[in-house]
Formats: sequence, C-alpha cells, structure tokens
Amino acid sequence: MRQIRILTLLAAIVAVPTAGHAAQPQPPKEFVPVDTIPADEQIPAINLVAAAYGFVWVAMLGYVWSLARRLKTVESELHELESRRP
Amino acid sequence: MSGFFRVAWHVMRKDMTVEVRSREVLFTTLFFALSVVLVFSFAIVREGRAPDDVSAGILWVAISFAGTLAMGRTFERERYNDTLRALILAPADRPAVYVGKLLGLLLLLGLVEVVLLPLIGLLFTAPIFAFPLKLMALLAAGTLGFCAVGTLFAAMLVRVRSRDTLLPILLYPITIPVMIGGVRGTAALFQSTPDEPMATFWIGLLVFWDVVFLTLALWTFEPLMTE
Amino acid sequence: MRKLTTPFIAVSALMLLGAPWLINAAPYESTMGLVQKVFYFHFPSAILFLTSSILCGVHSFRFLFRKNQQADAWALASAELGLLFGAVTLVTGPLWARKAWGVWWVWDARLTMSLVLWMMFAAYLLLRKYGGPGSDRLGAGMALFGMANVPFIYVSVNVWRTLHPMTTVVPRLPTDMGIPLWYCFTAFTMLFIALLSLRANLEHQRLRVESLYLAEDEG
Repeated sequence: MRQIRILTLLAAIVAVPTAGHAAQPQPPKEFVPVDTIPADEQIPAINLVAAAYGFVWVAMLGYVWSLARRLKTVESELHELESRRP
Repeated sequence: MSGFFRVAWHVMRKDMTVEVRSREVLFTTLFFALSVVLVFSFAIVREGRAPDDVSAGILWVAISFAGTLAMGRTFERERYNDTLRALILAPADRPAVYVGKLLGLLLLLGLVEVVLLPLIGLLFTAPIFAFPLKLMALLAAGTLGFCAVGTLFAAMLVRVRSRDTLLPILLYPITIPVMIGGVRGTAALFQSTPDEPMATFWIGLLVFWDVVFLTLALWTFEPLMTE
Repeated sequence: MRKLTTPFIAVSALMLLGAPWLINAAPYESTMGLVQKVFYFHFPSAILFLTSSILCGVHSFRFLFRKNQQADAWALASAELGLLFGAVTLVTGPLWARKAWGVWWVWDARLTMSLVLWMMFAAYLLLRKYGGPGSDRLGAGMALFGMANVPFIYVSVNVWRTLHPMTTVVPRLPTDMGIPLWYCFTAFTMLFIALLSLRANLEHQRLRVESLYLAEDEG
C-alpha cells in the first residue's frame, strides 16, 4: 500500500504543468543601491517605516512578557505541588 | 489489496443505504446549498444583474459550505448512534474505512452539484454546456480535494467539544488552494472568451493537490483514529 | 539549551537595539527609497515564519508517527512562534507595499499563501486551546497538512507573475545592504531559538503540573 501511495505521489509531481508566461511588469530581480534620493520621497515613507519597526518591537516585547508571565505562574504552581507531595 | 477496496465499498454502501432510507443529509445539504446561492446572489446582484465572473465563485462557495455541513452531519450520525466505535474496532484496514466514508461523501456532494450546476447556469447565464468534460473534471478534482481533507478532519473532530465551529476553522485554510483552483478554472471556462489552456492548467494542479492531500490523509488516518 | 536562552535574548536585544543605526547607514534602494528599509526586518521574519511552519510539521510528524511525547511541546512552541513572526511579516509587508506598490494588499500567490499559512497556525492554536482532550493528536495531524503548503509558498513567487520581489533579490544583494540584513537576520534567529526553547520549556512544565495534579487526585 505504502509503495503505491509513494508512486502515485511521485507520478503526480512529475506531471504538474508549468504556468504560461504572460507579458506583465517584471518584479524586481535585485535591489539596486543608490546614495541619495529626491527629497519628496522621504517624508511620507517614514510613518510607514516607523509603524513597521514599532510593530515589530511591540510584538516581540509583548510575546516575551506573555511568556514570562506564564512561566512564573507555572513555576509557582509547580513549586506548590512539589512541596505538597509526601 | 482487494480486501481494502471491499471494506471501503461496504462502508460506502452502508452509508448510502442509511441515506436512501432517510434522505436527511441529501435534502438538507441540497437546500442549504440553494440558500447559499440565493444569499450570495442578493448580496452581489446590482440592478438585476450580477457582475461577470461571480458565478464560478458562488458555485464553489456553495459547494464548500454545503460540503462542510454534509461532513459534519454524516459523522454526527455515527457519533449519535455510537457506531463509530464499531467502525474503528472492526478488523479492517482503518484507511479503508476512511476511503469508504470519502466515497459516500463524494457521491452525496456529486448529487448536490448535479442540481447546483444547472441552477447556476440558469441564474447567471453561465455556459455550463460549453466545455462539459473540462467542467466535470474541475468539479470532480476540486470536490475530491475538499472532501479528502474534510472527511479526515470531520472524523478527527467527532469526539471534540467545539467540533461544529472547529471543523470550518480547520478545513478552510487548508483547502483554500483547492478552492482557488476550482474557482479560477471554472471562471476561465465561464468567461466571455473562454480560456481553455488555463482551465487545463488548473485541472492539472488540482489533481496534484488531490494526490498530496489523499496521500497525507491516508497516512495520518491510522495514528489519528487510534484511541 | 536552557542555559543559553538568557544570553541569547540579551545578545539579540542588544543587536536589535543597534540595528536602526546600521540600517540607517545602508544605502537607499533606487526605485523604492526609504520604505525599502522595512526589508531588513521583514525578510528575517518571513524566513523564520516559514521555518517555524516546517518545524511544527516535523515535530508533529515525530509526535504522531514516532510516538515521541516531547515533540508535541516543540510543535506547539513552533506554532506560537509561527503566529508571532507571521504576524510581523504580514504587518510589515503591507506597510512596505503601501509605498512601493500603492496598495496595502494584492491577492497574488505569495501573499495569499502566507496569509493562509498564518490562518492555519491560528486554527491549530485554537484547536489546541478549545479542543479538549486528544487535541494534541488532532493538531499534529493538521500541522502536517499545513507544512505541505510551505514549498508552494516559496516556489509560487517564481512560477507565477507577482509584484513581490523575487527570490533572486537576496543572493544578489550588494554588500552594504547585505551587512545590515544578515545582522538583523542573526539577531532575529537568536531571538527565535531562545523564545522557542522557552516556550517548549513552559509546555513541559505545564505537563508536569498536570501530571502532578493527576497523581494527587489518585493518591
């Protein structure tokens, strides 16, 4: 049974058709660095960048805090249970 | 090997016999699918006409909602009558029981789709007879992928507390690729200038997904259903 | 592993504190300007998001098929971290996209599948939390299906035409962009490893508490 399943899976992988190519704007293939950018580009983007970084910090710190709280609860429960054991 | 399919066949026949006598799941599922189509039509139709390309989406949403209901109901019936334990204890290959349940569900949904498709064709003037074979292939492959995962999850959840809400929560994210394939393929066939190669591509991808899901489901059914 | 978690967290916190200066020193990208700098946090989060999905799948496999009890705690920990890093990816991405593409969201292959994967983590955690007894097994089964999605997410951006930058971007990154990227990547990875082992440890402790309660009831 096992071999049949594996064979079926392999056969299907081999048979997958590839997507057609349509003419559309190309996604960037590599990042091109420059040193300065026009001034009007800078101000609006900073809100988005700040929000992004801010979110990352809040999420990480929030999770660490939640973990610490749960660890403390469990450890105190464990301590209490182990002291109650004969 | 023949024992495997014999067991599956028997399980399916048992389900069908019960269903033929009561017709409960068939009728409720069918009318639920119709209501879904109606609700979505009212939501989307503007000035008496639906926008183009919604017919494919509405068809597949109705199939997935109705399918989820049907899955829940068939296993709920087993649980209610306590026959699930008998099925598990039977000296048969457990994956064969899974396949039997899957075939029963496929037959049920197939019947629902036989009614649903002409209705969609009627309500949205969709060209359902333009590419009958490809359309049937799309429906078959999509429904199979959806049911393969759904049968496994419905069986898994039968003893779980919040099973009614958990089944859709678990099922929909995992079957979204199948839904995308079904909708995009059907839309390609229904649009004003039908895109056959696109539909063929989606059929191929759906078949691939079906193989992956079926294989995974067969592998995991045994350890998941062991008490 | 436990002894390393505190230094790992400390080091990665310090590194992340210093990251803004390094990122500021990196050159701007020619078409996207300032907003491209979200990349230095977005990319490591996305990679760790996919990694946690693979980890969750692997540990679920070990739990289901190799009957390894410890693996379940690691699977749960990976899922929680997957939710965390996935949320970071799915928030920083649209914030970048708003400026770079003009829209918050597009339904292209990679974005859609990433969102779907994130929802799978959410579903897994809901199942674990509200499923009652036996939900560890069921969750493990579900996680295997989720992991099957990951290769498609990675490959999809190359196969289908999308707006998302292609996977060739990172290997071809010039050095003065590469340094802050790999610096942030290291910091995030250390944080990931530390959080993962902490969370798994929490789960092990919780299981110990449960078994002690059970022993009390029986005794």
